[in-house]
Amino acid sequence: MTNQKTYLIDGAGRRWFLKQSSALAGLFALPPLRFSTAAAVDQPTGLPPAGKRSLTLKINRKTYKLDVEPRETLLDVLRERLDLTGSKKGCDHGQCGACTVHIDGRTANACLLLAVMQQGRDITTVEGLAPGKTELHPLQTAFLEHDGFQCGFCTSGQLMSGVAAIREGHADSRAEIKEWMSGNICRCGAYAGIVAAVESVQKGGKRV
Amino acid sequence: MKNFDLVQADQPADALKLKSAASTTRFIAGGTNLVDLMKYGIESPDTLVDISRLPLDTVAKTATGVRIGALARNSDVAVNKLITDQFPLLAQALLAGASPQLRNMATMGGNLMQRTRCYYFYDTSTPCNKRNPQSSEGPSGCGAIGGFNRIHAILGASSSCIATNPSDMNVALSALDAIVQIQGPNGNRSVPLIDFHRLPGNTPQRDNVLETNELIVGIDLPTPRMAGKSHYQKVRDRASYAFALVSVATRMAVENGTIRDIQIALGGVAHKPWRMPAVEKQAVGQPATEATFREVARQLLAEAKPQKDNAFKIKLAENTIVRSLQTVL
Repeated sequence: MTNQKTYLIDGAGRRWFLKQSSALAGLFALPPLRFSTAAAVDQPTGLPPAGKRSLTLKINRKTYKLDVEPRETLLDVLRERLDLTGSKKGCDHGQCGACTVHIDGRTANACLLLAVMQQGRDITTVEGLAPGKTELHPLQTAFLEHDGFQCGFCTSGQLMSGVAAIREGHADSRAEIKEWMSGNICRCGAYAGIVAAVESVQKGGKRV
Repeated sequence: MKNFDLVQADQPADALKLKSAASTTRFIAGGTNLVDLMKYGIESPDTLVDISRLPLDTVAKTATGVRIGALARNSDVAVNKLITDQFPLLAQALLAGASPQLRNMATMGGNLMQRTRCYYFYDTSTPCNKRNPQSSEGPSGCGAIGGFNRIHAILGASSSCIATNPSDMNVALSALDAIVQIQGPNGNRSVPLIDFHRLPGNTPQRDNVLETNELIVGIDLPTPRMAGKSHYQKVRDRASYAFALVSVATRMAVENGTIRDIQIALGGVAHKPWRMPAVEKQAVGQPATEATFREVARQLLAEAKPQKDNAFKIKLAENTIVRSLQTVL
């Protein structure tokens, strides 16, 4: 679904800024709230359409401005409006963990969060995990090494929970890793590889 | 999900004003249960009052114990030093519940309000007196009675509802004599947790005694009269991230082999955490032996009435009580 009223405002990271600065210059050249005459007639005051809210979201060190209905979940906004399709829609009821993102550094099921309630929160999706475009996060590398992904559908959620488990000190044993990864449910045979990957990164002692 | 309006409250008084008494308005904080229910069409509010940013998220010492703000997250309370030092039973129960993702968003007040996981309550194509108490032909009925009822209540159920309360936290709070602090349009009131949740009777749509124009602001935990040991024992179909078939929250103080103080609450067996102070009172002064524990368990389950598929829960609960008491001995 394309959405003309979605804007990328800025990117806070320096590396990102250097890469994107020319694209941003183009964006800022546009009038802020009017894309066409028709839109201007519909919204002479510049307010969001009836029933919608103007929302600013901080995702992966970038700031997005868009209009959403209060019922839109963060997961749907990420996937359908911002083309951040790394977070997956599995069960859509907070049971499978495929949509796991970090909100202010903690894991959450994006399918159960209303986007309109996330203003001002620091949101990280799997797209924001790697330090750069040519470099993987250590846990992503470990998933490759330990065959922790198979079909890939649950992988992004597993990565987000795995990183949180290591950061929060819940990855000291295989039993502890299993307990703290229990909100991520997949039907495939990759569990053993996933646990091994998390364990190897924790033991590696790298900052994640 | 039906669309709705959402308004944000900054102070409890504003939240109360915004909600008023309209039954089509709901408070939302973590949203882990409410958004799910809205997706299933079980809840369809016209307005949500966002209370997630109210300044009610601290855990603090009081003259009589500890006060937990209603908006403290489950995951924060589980690791709070005041809680792990004085009320490890609560920390243990919180960590036994849900998944890390859900605990990170779920709030203490919200968990008090968590609705049942009865399959028939969730399936809008089946009758349910809790979800849909009245239609033009009268009460809608209960799919679970006579249906598949392996997870349902064995205690305190009625002919209109056999659903159980799903929260682990509530079971621990019940054993800890917690008090729910409530703010309403006319001031504050305190409700002991054991009186907060209701048995279904013929009004199963009401899970608890909170009025529609009231807001939970905190939970008080009184310092126990006697120091003792505690344990939360949860029995479920898989090792993690599953609701309890049966759970037992126990606190016990033993001196020279004699029980001096004891609290036991059962989860997964009734519409509310199941506690019988009379049975606890009788156990005080008894020897802390397996024979006493068995007798306590038998008395706690004496009124149990099984359904077609859940008779196993009676024996399971008895054994879990004994195991739990042996653990804190």
